[in-house]
Amino acid sequence: MTNDLSRKDKTLGETLRSQGISRRSFLKFCAATASMMALPPSMIPTIANALEKARRPSVIWLSFQECTGCTESLTRAHTATVESLIFDSISLDYHHTLQAAAGHAAEAAREAAMEENNGKYLLVVDGSIPLDNPGYSTIAGISNYDMLMDTARGAAAIISVGTCAAFGGIPHAKPNPTGAVSVSDIIKDKPIINVPGCPPIPVVITGVLTHFLTFGTIPELDNLGRPKTFYGQSIHDRCYRRPFYDKGLFAETFDDEGARLGWCLYKLGCKGPTSYNACATTKWNGGVSFPIEAGHPCLGCSEPDFWDGGGFYKAISMPTENITKTTIYAAAAGVAVGVAVGATGRMKKASASKAHQKVTIDDLEK
Amino acid sequence: MTETELLTWVRGPGFQIATIIFVLGIMLRLFEILMLGRKANLAEAKGSEMSSGLRTVFSRTIPDASTFKRSAFTVTAGYIFHIGLFVVIFLFAPHILLFKDIIGFGWPALPSTVIDATAVITIITLVIVLVHRLRDPVKRFLSNFDDYLGWFVTILPLITGYIAFHRIGMSAPSLIAIHILSVELLMVVFPFTKLMHMFTLILARWYNGAISGYRGVQS
Ligand code: SF4
Ligand code: SF4
Repeated sequence: MTNDLSRKDKTLGETLRSQGISRRSFLKFCAATASMMALPPSMIPTIANALEKARRPSVIWLSFQECTGCTESLTRAHTATVESLIFDSISLDYHHTLQAAAGHAAEAAREAAMEENNGKYLLVVDGSIPLDNPGYSTIAGISNYDMLMDTARGAAAIISVGTCAAFGGIPHAKPNPTGAVSVSDIIKDKPIINVPGCPPIPVVITGVLTHFLTFGTIPELDNLGRPKTFYGQSIHDRCYRRPFYDKGLFAETFDDEGARLGWCLYKLGCKGPTSYNACATTKWNGGVSFPIEAGHPCLGCSEPDFWDGGGFYKAISMPTENITKTTIYAAAAGVAVGVAVGATGRMKKASASKAHQKVTIDDLEK
Repeated sequence: MTETELLTWVRGPGFQIATIIFVLGIMLRLFEILMLGRKANLAEAKGSEMSSGLRTVFSRTIPDASTFKRSAFTVTAGYIFHIGLFVVIFLFAPHILLFKDIIGFGWPALPSTVIDATAVITIITLVIVLVHRLRDPVKRFLSNFDDYLGWFVTILPLITGYIAFHRIGMSAPSLIAIHILSVELLMVVFPFTKLMHMFTLILARWYNGAISGYRGVQS
């Protein structure tokens, strides 16, 4: 415990040095971070300076209705890179998957962290919150809703990691049996950064943390609360298959010539044109590849309701209902009504001419 | 309603409603016209109605020299935006996918850069055509609400499509949803405005040709 406390007093720079990270690789990381956040190179010393001096902020991580994929993404995807060390260098005071303590000891750690850092700690949430029945998801007998409300109160800011926390995600998919909602659906009085993705790209999570550590502020967000630096451009706009889209060269199936030649996956249902994420630029697994590069269309996992977007393998321009049937029925109905209206008109005309009486001079003289 | 929900709605129920009104409306109006029938012609036929009628359906696509001379602008601009509309609607890959989904087969697409340029030309031409309509006293006199509505619902999908393609101002799901919505507006309005000429022109031309054919004169 004392060891832990003294670690907390160390600055990030000291921690990194004690872990054997050279200044050179630290600066390299700062440069990469600056370019990732679209900052000018002149900002690199500022970032380095700020990070050097940053004290490990307390982070409380709450996991609600989730699959642990987001935590997996963050902890497994990288070997010991500087990013993951930065992540090591925050004081993760509560994370029920990663922490050693369990049960009451774990909850006590959360409460202690909240009290000690009141108003200053960062709250990270993954998973959605069930509102239908609090019993659907509880931790130590506390409902997700109560725990979130309680922990959010003293937080400096909240980071919703993953699409479930950011937008409700898969639990929120129709028919949403648990009444799942996102963090921003129920918390209105705290700055919330949405870091969606199913799961989010690890460097994006650490990038957002770095921003917070460096500047102590919330990065610029888009209309869905996502940091613009990472979610500012659509997959489609940065996709390396884009030239094929523009030329009209598409893979029709997963194993045709077009697929082998790396043509655009639009016809296979690619949601790249409507999805904002950094996959096409930062890529996955330490920059190795990303889903489209591996030959699979984008599912749009960083967008709200991506699960209910009308089918993963249906192109965006395709209707989601069976329009062929609709057309046939509507045409038949149209013909029937048209004939009926026409026939009524004819009948009217016929009866009118039958009822027609000639006017004679005598009639007029009456 | 989130953007994705809106997009899903316009691709689903919204498109279904629009299709029903569009198809039902067109069929209704066509069959209403067909049901009017024609009075039996008591004069002796001097030629074939059918061949002359069919020929006229196509031959009227080419303006005769005197018409062209009289209204060169109207004819040229009309050609440009009609061909432009055809290219943009039927030769853009995402649109072809939509047709393929409904009718079961597709056809090759043009590169999106070509579509993009065609859309710009078509939009500009439509604007010029409107200006001309407003400035020409005869045309202005002959125009009513129907004409302006038809113009509006035609240019709207072009503009929303252009904006959606270039992602200007809003995020892509909203822009695409707005584009589809504008097409649905066009579909809903179509059968009840002069836009019906897309189908009725065939009947009208055939009828013109058929009368002449019956009389044994050239149409
Ligand atoms: S593969 Fe997807 S994201 Fe890439 S160009 Fe094609 S539609 Fe766009
Ligand atoms: S490519 Fe699309 S579906 Fe895949 S991870 Fe990236 S945003 Fe999500």
